[in-house]
Amino acid sequence: MESLLSVEGLSAHYGNVEALHPTDLKLASGELVAVLGPNGAGKSTLLRAIMGLTPGAGRVRFEGVDLPRDDTCAVAMRGVILVPEGRGIFGPMSVRENLDLGAYLLGARHGEIAARLERVFALFPRLKDRQTQLAGSLSGGEQQMLAIGRAMMAGPRLLLLDEPSLGLAPRLAAEILETLGQLNREGLGILLVEQRAPLALKLAKRAYLLSVGRVVAEVTPDQIASPHDLARYYFAAA
Amino acid sequence: MTLRATTLPPRKISSLYFLLPWLAGAGVLAYAFIAGGYLVTVLGFAALYAIFVTGLNFFMGYTGQVSFGQNAFAAIGGYTSAVLTATHGWPVFLAMPLGIAAAALLALLIGYPTLRLRGHYLAMATLALGMIVQEIAVQWDRVTMGYTGIAAIPALGAFGWELPNDRAQLASLLVALGFSVWVSSRLKASRLGHALAAIAGSEDAARALGIDVARYKLLAFVIAAVYAAFAGSMFAHFVGFISPEMFGLHMVVLGFTMLYVGGIGTVYGPLIGAFIISLLPETFRGFKDYQDLAYGVALIVILIYAPKGIASLSRLWTARKKEGGA
Repeated sequence: MESLLSVEGLSAHYGNVEALHPTDLKLASGELVAVLGPNGAGKSTLLRAIMGLTPGAGRVRFEGVDLPRDDTCAVAMRGVILVPEGRGIFGPMSVRENLDLGAYLLGARHGEIAARLERVFALFPRLKDRQTQLAGSLSGGEQQMLAIGRAMMAGPRLLLLDEPSLGLAPRLAAEILETLGQLNREGLGILLVEQRAPLALKLAKRAYLLSVGRVVAEVTPDQIASPHDLARYYFAAA
Repeated sequence: MTLRATTLPPRKISSLYFLLPWLAGAGVLAYAFIAGGYLVTVLGFAALYAIFVTGLNFFMGYTGQVSFGQNAFAAIGGYTSAVLTATHGWPVFLAMPLGIAAAALLALLIGYPTLRLRGHYLAMATLALGMIVQEIAVQWDRVTMGYTGIAAIPALGAFGWELPNDRAQLASLLVALGFSVWVSSRLKASRLGHALAAIAGSEDAARALGIDVARYKLLAFVIAAVYAAFAGSMFAHFVGFISPEMFGLHMVVLGFTMLYVGGIGTVYGPLIGAFIISLLPETFRGFKDYQDLAYGVALIVILIYAPKGIASLSRLWTARKKEGGA
C-alpha cells in the first residue's frame, strides 16, 4: 500500500503545553481515514500541526517527500488543503470571491479556475445560485459547503477536514459527508476529523481514536458497533 | 467590505441619495475656488489627510492590522522634502520621490520584524516607531532645526516654475488625491486586495489557502507608508513650513477618527472621513467656547447612526431589506 501521507512522531504545543503528544498516522493514496475523539482530544491540533499552523516537532511526509513544519503556504502548494474548524470562510466577501480565493495559487490561469468552479458548482449546486451573496449571510450548511468548495478550488491532492458536521442538522451533516464520500470514490485522499463517530464510520474504512492528545487505538468500523465501544477506548486511555 | 457583493439592482431613488453627498462636496470645493482664503487652506489639509488615511486604510482596513505609527512615515516624507529643497536647494520632483523611497525602505526594515506581532503588541511597536521618529525630528536640530522647524519650503513645481497661488496648490492636491483613491480602488479589486481581505478575515484560513500572510502584511505596511510619506511631502510644500509638532500623536488620532467616521475598509471612506472631520470644527465656529463640545457630540452622533462609517450608509440602505430575510 503506497502511502500518501505519513506522520511520524508529530507533536504540537501551545506555549509550554503539549496539546498533541508524538503521534503516528498513515493514509494511503485514495483512502478516507477518520480521526475520532471527544472535545479537547487534540484532533484540530493534529490537523493544524500537519499544516504547519501550530508549532511542534516530528515528521510529516506527503507523497514520500517531507512537508516543511513552519511554512503553511508551502504545504498548501504541495496540495494539502485544510478546511478549518469553524469553516474559516470570509464573511464580508461574496460566495464567488471566497471561491476565487480558494484558487489563489492558480494566479491568472482563468481557464483552469473556470473548470474548477464548474466542478464545485456541480458538487454544490446551491453555491451557484448564491454566487453574489455575502458569505456571512449563508446558512450554516451552505457555509460548510462553501468552505469545502473553496478547498476544492485549490485542487487538493489531500483534503483535511476539521469537523465539517459541526453545528449542522443531522440531515445536512449526512448530506455533506455523503459529498465527501463521493469525492473520495473519485480518488481524493481525505483525512476527516469528526466528533460524530457514526457518521464518519459510514465513510471511513479505518479510524484513529484520539484521547487527551494521543492516539489510543486504530480501529475499523466493525470494531465500533455502539457508542459504548468508543467510550471504552476513550476512558481506557484516561 | 466589498460593495459589489449586494445583489439588489441599482434603483433610481437610492442612486440619487448616493449622488447627493458628492454634489455637496463639489459645491464646497467650487465655493472655495471662487471665494479663496481660509477655506482653501482647510480643504487643502483635508485633501492631505485624505491621502494619508487612504494609505492607513490599506493596512488597517483592507488588511485588518493596526498601526499607531504612520506619523513616522509622514514625518520622513515631509522632512526629506523640506531639508532637501529648503536647505540644499534640490528641485521638488527629486526630493519628493526620495522621501517616499526612504519611508518605504524604513517600513520594510521595521515591518519585517514587527509584523510578526499581532493586535496590541503591533499597536505598541508602531506607537514607539512614531514617537522615536518625532523625537529624532526634535533632537537632530543640525538638520531638522528642532522645534524651530524648517521654513521657506518651496511650493510644488518644476524647472524654476512654482504653482502660483493656494488655489492652484489645492487643485494639485485634489489631483493627487484622485490618483491616490483610484490606485486604492484598483488594488482593492485586484488579486492583492483579495489576499489582504482574506488575511483580515482569518490569517490561518488565508495561510492554509497558500497566501503568504507575512509578505502581504509587509506589502500593505509599505504601501501605507508610501501614502503617508507622499502626504507628508505634499504637506511640506503646501504649507511651506514644518516642525515636529505637526507629526505628533495628534496626527495619528485624527487619522483614526477620519478612518472610522468615513468607513474603515471602504474605498471612499477615508476621503469622506477626512473632509468631514476637517470641515466639522469649522462649521461649529459660531458656538465659540462650546465648539469642541459640539464637535464631540457630532462625532458621537455619527458613530451611533453610522457605526461602520459614513461610506457604509449607502450599503445599509440597500441591505436593510435583505437582512430581514437572511
